[in-house]
Amino acid sequence: MKIDRRSFLSLGIGGAAGIVLSPLPWKLMDDSAIWTQTWPWTPVPPKGDATYVNSACTLCPGGCGISVRKIDERAVKIEGIKGHPVNDGGICLLGLSGLQLLYGPTRIKTPLKRDGERGAGKWIEISWEEAISNVAEKLGDLRKNGKSGSVAFISGIDKSTVPALFKRFLSVYGSSGFMRMPSAADSYELAVYHSLGLKAQLGFDIENSDFVLSFGSGIIEGWGSPVYMMRANGNLRKTGGKIIQIEPRLSNTAAKSNKWIPLNPGTEYALALGLADVIITKSLYNRDYINNSTSGFGEFAAFVQSLYSPDKVEKITGIKKDIIETLAVDFIKAAKPVAICGRGQGRAQSSLGEVIAVQALNALVGNINRKGGAFTVSDPGYFSLPGVISGKMAETKPANIFINDVNSGKCTANALFIYEANPLYSLPDSNSVKEAFAKIPFIVSFSSFMDETAMNSDLVLPNHIYLERYEDVYIGSIPKPVVSLLKPVVNPQFNTKHTGDVIIQIAKKMGSSLADSFRWDSYDSFLEKALGDKWKVLSEESFFEDKKAAELSLKKFDFTGDFSDFKSLFLDLNAQGNPDKYPLVLIPYDSVRIANGYIGNPPFVVKTVEDTALKEKDIFVEVNPVTAKALGLLEESSAMIETPKGKAKVKIHLFEGIMPGLVAMPRGLGHSAYDKYIAGKGINVNELIGTIEDPASGLDAGWGIRAGLLKC
Amino acid sequence: MKEEKNNKNAKKFGMVIDLDKCTGCGTCMVACMSENNIPFKEDESNKLYSITWMRVYRLTNGKSYPDTDICYLPRPCQHCGGRGDHGHSPCVSVCPATATDYSKETGIVSQIYTRCFGCRYCMAACPYHARYFNWWDPVWPKGMEKYLSPNVSVRMRGVVEKCSFCFHRYQLAKDKAYYENRSEIEENEYQTACAQACPSGAIAFGDLNNPAHAVCELKKNKNAFRLLERLQTNPKVYYISGRQWVRHAGDNHLKRDS
Repeated sequence: MKIDRRSFLSLGIGGAAGIVLSPLPWKLMDDSAIWTQTWPWTPVPPKGDATYVNSACTLCPGGCGISVRKIDERAVKIEGIKGHPVNDGGICLLGLSGLQLLYGPTRIKTPLKRDGERGAGKWIEISWEEAISNVAEKLGDLRKNGKSGSVAFISGIDKSTVPALFKRFLSVYGSSGFMRMPSAADSYELAVYHSLGLKAQLGFDIENSDFVLSFGSGIIEGWGSPVYMMRANGNLRKTGGKIIQIEPRLSNTAAKSNKWIPLNPGTEYALALGLADVIITKSLYNRDYINNSTSGFGEFAAFVQSLYSPDKVEKITGIKKDIIETLAVDFIKAAKPVAICGRGQGRAQSSLGEVIAVQALNALVGNINRKGGAFTVSDPGYFSLPGVISGKMAETKPANIFINDVNSGKCTANALFIYEANPLYSLPDSNSVKEAFAKIPFIVSFSSFMDETAMNSDLVLPNHIYLERYEDVYIGSIPKPVVSLLKPVVNPQFNTKHTGDVIIQIAKKMGSSLADSFRWDSYDSFLEKALGDKWKVLSEESFFEDKKAAELSLKKFDFTGDFSDFKSLFLDLNAQGNPDKYPLVLIPYDSVRIANGYIGNPPFVVKTVEDTALKEKDIFVEVNPVTAKALGLLEESSAMIETPKGKAKVKIHLFEGIMPGLVAMPRGLGHSAYDKYIAGKGINVNELIGTIEDPASGLDAGWGIRAGLLKC
Repeated sequence: MKEEKNNKNAKKFGMVIDLDKCTGCGTCMVACMSENNIPFKEDESNKLYSITWMRVYRLTNGKSYPDTDICYLPRPCQHCGGRGDHGHSPCVSVCPATATDYSKETGIVSQIYTRCFGCRYCMAACPYHARYFNWWDPVWPKGMEKYLSPNVSVRMRGVVEKCSFCFHRYQLAKDKAYYENRSEIEENEYQTACAQACPSGAIAFGDLNNPAHAVCELKKNKNAFRLLERLQTNPKVYYISGRQWVRHAGDNHLKRDS
């Protein structure tokens, strides 16, 4: 057939028209569109039945009630329990991220034994049986050699049943080395013991107060029980209550307060005494309360009037004396004022003098155990361990004092067990903690996650995480303490074991008196027995208010703290370092968006960290523009920060909300362990700061350290 | 153009955020991430590439120490109705694929991922930076995909996403109501994840048309304002602040504007 121009064109056009009219191009286009969007590596979450399980959160000491949404056997969302006395439906960002920890890459999947150098990250997977006999053997040897006393426990919590098992174990074994991680609670408990003669914590009724005088406490930044406090702050505002925030840096709490009063860091105690002086001099205090319920008032009054007049306090704190006078009058004239202290989230101890001075203000208004005031909360009474054991029950001590004692040789530790704590990361002066750890030949971690401390231990016996186990959770830092029950929301994801079970099994393996004191089959059966009639309430309701702990008969408030020389309580504790070499002062600050306790930030929480605190791997320190200008530093300049404890490269963020002469660094960054979503980001401020020993109590009163910033 | 529905039952879901109560804690951001299967990367410090349907901005008054002040401002999608609530929101007007649409029934601006082909016109059009583009495939570390919710589709590389006012929760609540033979849902049956989680109770959510809902009264507060009102985007997110400088910042006045 001859192809002429006409037939060529008609064939071409006809063919093209045919193709266009056929479904082929449309089908291909559609297919390619679908193909570009249905790549098999984009997960499609399987459907299933939705259920909710009520439990509690243990990621911080807050004790919120949580309700976990499940799709079949998968946990998909954590929410707050509506009506729970701590959080009433609210929740925080760390609590919301719990499932990233549950299913995350940082979980320890099976018991591990160190292989090679400590901290090298080389492990041999072992069976639970081997792990338990390993520990039992080691403890047996130490006991045989008369070294029982050199065994120590560091725990993140100390009031509930698992620490009670630790204490029982230690008592029967013959050691008194039970430690908890340091916090403002140490200082508070000591202050309550000295001034009220009680063994109790203090819970503050912020919600019902109308005037909160906060000496640097981050009420909305995770102080005490974070969600409880944020709620209390909201309710306080609803009723027109006021918050006065006193601290050298404009924290979120300061920004949200009715008045921010910056003061020289570390002089909080002097301001409290100065306010007391104004109140006493003007005779504005609660006479009834002072006459009937306190002692030592005369001595205290004479002391503050001679040494802490507004003029003198102005010199110490840098706050103008007329501001001090107005503040004192406003405080005392409010209907339900309350004074609180414990810097930031209250994760660090304070000097005893500071807490007693602030509590003296509460005594002057007579608000102790009064609505809107400070409530004394005794140790929990909701559970009892059956059977009497011989020997003295181990007392709780702060872990930082233990570290000091190991370093100074005052105490020898041959074995250390660590539960829900990360001392190697979270204690100040990281180098001294490392030094102490190096002196301890046998370290066992119960951590569920590969944190810094687990990395540096000899044996890791991973616990179920809080979403996989039964356990009681006690929260006593609020006016009415609350007990909640952890319930296994999902089955254990890995070859982990409840630490309660591990302790019981170690005791059984060791035999004799220890086996006799731990006769339970499992932790769960122990818990049920220890809780008695409360078990039913807890397993049905998942929480209850422990009213017994709040019912305390009060003794008199002793203004002198029962010290013969109470004046020595109140001292200016200078930051470590020579001001000539280190012209600035470094203070750590807490942010609710950076978890700084035992748990490192999960990926979602890292995502919320502002780019003025962390950019790529660099941490930013806050500096006042005036200070920065003098040093030739601009926004985002690189600089070297140096303190007597160490140095590190940082970037500069100019912040008008910080007192000139100070440098502020966030707590909670600079992890070296965990996963790539948190490790290697920024600097751990604990490597740069040291401790300041409070001579009155031996606790750490450190609030900062001298520092130098050099452009680089 | 779509047909105007004269539905008396038309809802107008909206939010009132009390900036005086907001503490800037960031819980709303994470509540949103965990509710809506939002992915994360190893480094999220470049906020241009960090997907946060709800983002908390930090505002300062620009004054020097010690008069400086901070305010936090949570920013979900504003679900603009456009002038007269006709649905001409900036993003809907420019989408060539009808991947984003305005619902006259709920007032919610939707985003249909499978229709979106990633031209990002809507991102350019949105004055609130509420839209995010998936530059990479979402990757969850091994095992972590177990927490993904089946109620929200996981997005793929190459599409735009944004806050949906947790629309799936509205669907679930409606399903439940239908099953129980009710035609209406209660205020507390449909709450966004951020409003539910906020520990300070700063976020209120509900039907702006329904006088029984808290938001209806709250938006009448004399200190209530919306972001960039002069653009007439008619957003459904209201803010309350007793601080004048914050209200002023909300309208983004430049210095020369007086």
